[in-house]
Amino acid sequence: MSTKKLQYERPIIQRLNTGVMNKFGTKTEYKPVTHIDGNSVKELLAKYGSPLFVISEQTIRDTYQSANRAFKNRYPKVQFAWSYKTNYMNAVCNVFHQLGSWAEVVSGFEYHKALQNGVPGSKIIFNGPDKSEEDLTLAIKNDSLLHIDHLDELYMIMEIANNSKKRPRVAIRVNMDTGIYPMWDRFGFNYENGQAWDAINKIMLNDKMDLVGLHSHIGTFMLAPSAYGIAAAKLSDLAMAVKKKFKKNIQYIDMGGGFASKNTLKGSYLQGVDTSPTFDQFAEAITTSILNAGFTETELPLLILETGRALIDDAGYLLGSVISNKRLADGRRATIMDFGVNILFTSFWYDHKISPAQEFGQHTEDSVLYGPLCMNIDVIRENITLPPLMRNDNVVVHSVGAYNMTQWMQFIALRPAIVLIDTNETAHLIRNRETLNSIQSDEVMPKYLKTFKL
Amino acid sequence: MKIKKNIALSESGFVFDPSTGDSFTTNPIGLEIITMLKEGKSRGEIKSAITKKYNVDGATFEKDSYDFINMLDKHNLTESYEKEKN
Ligand SMILES: Cc1ncc(COP(=O)(O)O)c(C=O)c1O
Repeated sequence: MSTKKLQYERPIIQRLNTGVMNKFGTKTEYKPVTHIDGNSVKELLAKYGSPLFVISEQTIRDTYQSANRAFKNRYPKVQFAWSYKTNYMNAVCNVFHQLGSWAEVVSGFEYHKALQNGVPGSKIIFNGPDKSEEDLTLAIKNDSLLHIDHLDELYMIMEIANNSKKRPRVAIRVNMDTGIYPMWDRFGFNYENGQAWDAINKIMLNDKMDLVGLHSHIGTFMLAPSAYGIAAAKLSDLAMAVKKKFKKNIQYIDMGGGFASKNTLKGSYLQGVDTSPTFDQFAEAITTSILNAGFTETELPLLILETGRALIDDAGYLLGSVISNKRLADGRRATIMDFGVNILFTSFWYDHKISPAQEFGQHTEDSVLYGPLCMNIDVIRENITLPPLMRNDNVVVHSVGAYNMTQWMQFIALRPAIVLIDTNETAHLIRNRETLNSIQSDEVMPKYLKTFKL
Repeated sequence: MKIKKNIALSESGFVFDPSTGDSFTTNPIGLEIITMLKEGKSRGEIKSAITKKYNVDGATFEKDSYDFINMLDKHNLTESYEKEKN
């Protein structure tokens, strides 16, 4: 009988820099993550292939409940609308719809997606600068909430309304100075220079549509709750002005999205977990402003939130494998993974937390993590401290639920499968790994190019 | 390839170079390799010792140890080539 050999680990040696702050990350990163919601990382990869996106339904539900609680504890009328662009896998959308979220969409494509998922037209918020006449006509027919971005859109809605029996329900998107730089002034109508008030007057004086709401989305990955306090105060101020001048109540105030998730912004020494405000802090700033604006209790507008990344980031994981280890010319260790910026778009913004998926000794080394694309920009982490990974070892990238599964690029490789783990810890395939055919099915070959001789 | 004679090693993988004052950590396999190098073992002897003891194939270990010894060199823990030749 042969004796069992010991577990091998690559030999490493690392210089100790006493007293120098470790810029390569914190200890917690090295803890292995072998399971996600009771499912073995290795088994998931064996079954669905590597790389693989995994979404935890339990985390979505827990995060939603904590956000919902933060607002409902402070304000009587709260409604979330799921921001489709953040993650529009239908299964993910439907988890949010089961939780009570409406849909928030920014294109005809997303609008149809929400309809197909079964969201009633009247519970779809249609944002964005690019709504075609066809989109608007359908949305008006379905009684959806149209958030007007610019005057051309307003005039188009007026024209459609003139020829239709339906009264469009509209809101305007308002941009404003909230003390945050850069100010997002390219979307909607400006508050400070009176554009927003002008647009409101145009709508109120038109007898073919109803101004039901006011909307703002002041930015994304916002770290200052106070900016939301200012935005909520300015929207409330407009609502009060409408009441005063036209004797009409604005039915809702929509604060958009933008709450920071727990990710760590690139180049930041502080971890996102420690710096991102809580839902309670955002809720406190927003609800205090609205409650203090002078509405009577019965006139208090519905508060709508289009929170995206803060609700889904933590629920998403990307599992991947090591392709190779290299030594760079300057002596740094480089590790090449089987996923790159093509499917992990957010590595342009964040220093994603990455854990090994197997047990290892206590020794670690500093490394650069590269993706597999033949491009210099394909860097997952410029520096990270990890145990000595070997070819075919696995890693778990954390907090990738927002924007990756919508902004991913089909570039030189096929996009991976996506698995949702339900609250009973059962894994469900919610998107197949792409095939050559899924990419080529829309290509058309002119007849004269069908054959060639070499 | 020779490791500097005065390098101090501890069982926990702490490596100290008294000639420069630099200190390092190495993992258990790294420690075994440095120890064997200090004992004057050849690369072939090290390879067969490690592959016998651990679940690693020869090619993988050769690649890893090549890189490891290069790092020892980079960290000035080895006798330089010139000295070795003379
Ligand atoms: C209008 C609107 N609402 C909501 C969101 C979601 O934002 P976030 O993911 O930052 O919460 C966005 C994203 O850019 C948006 O444009």
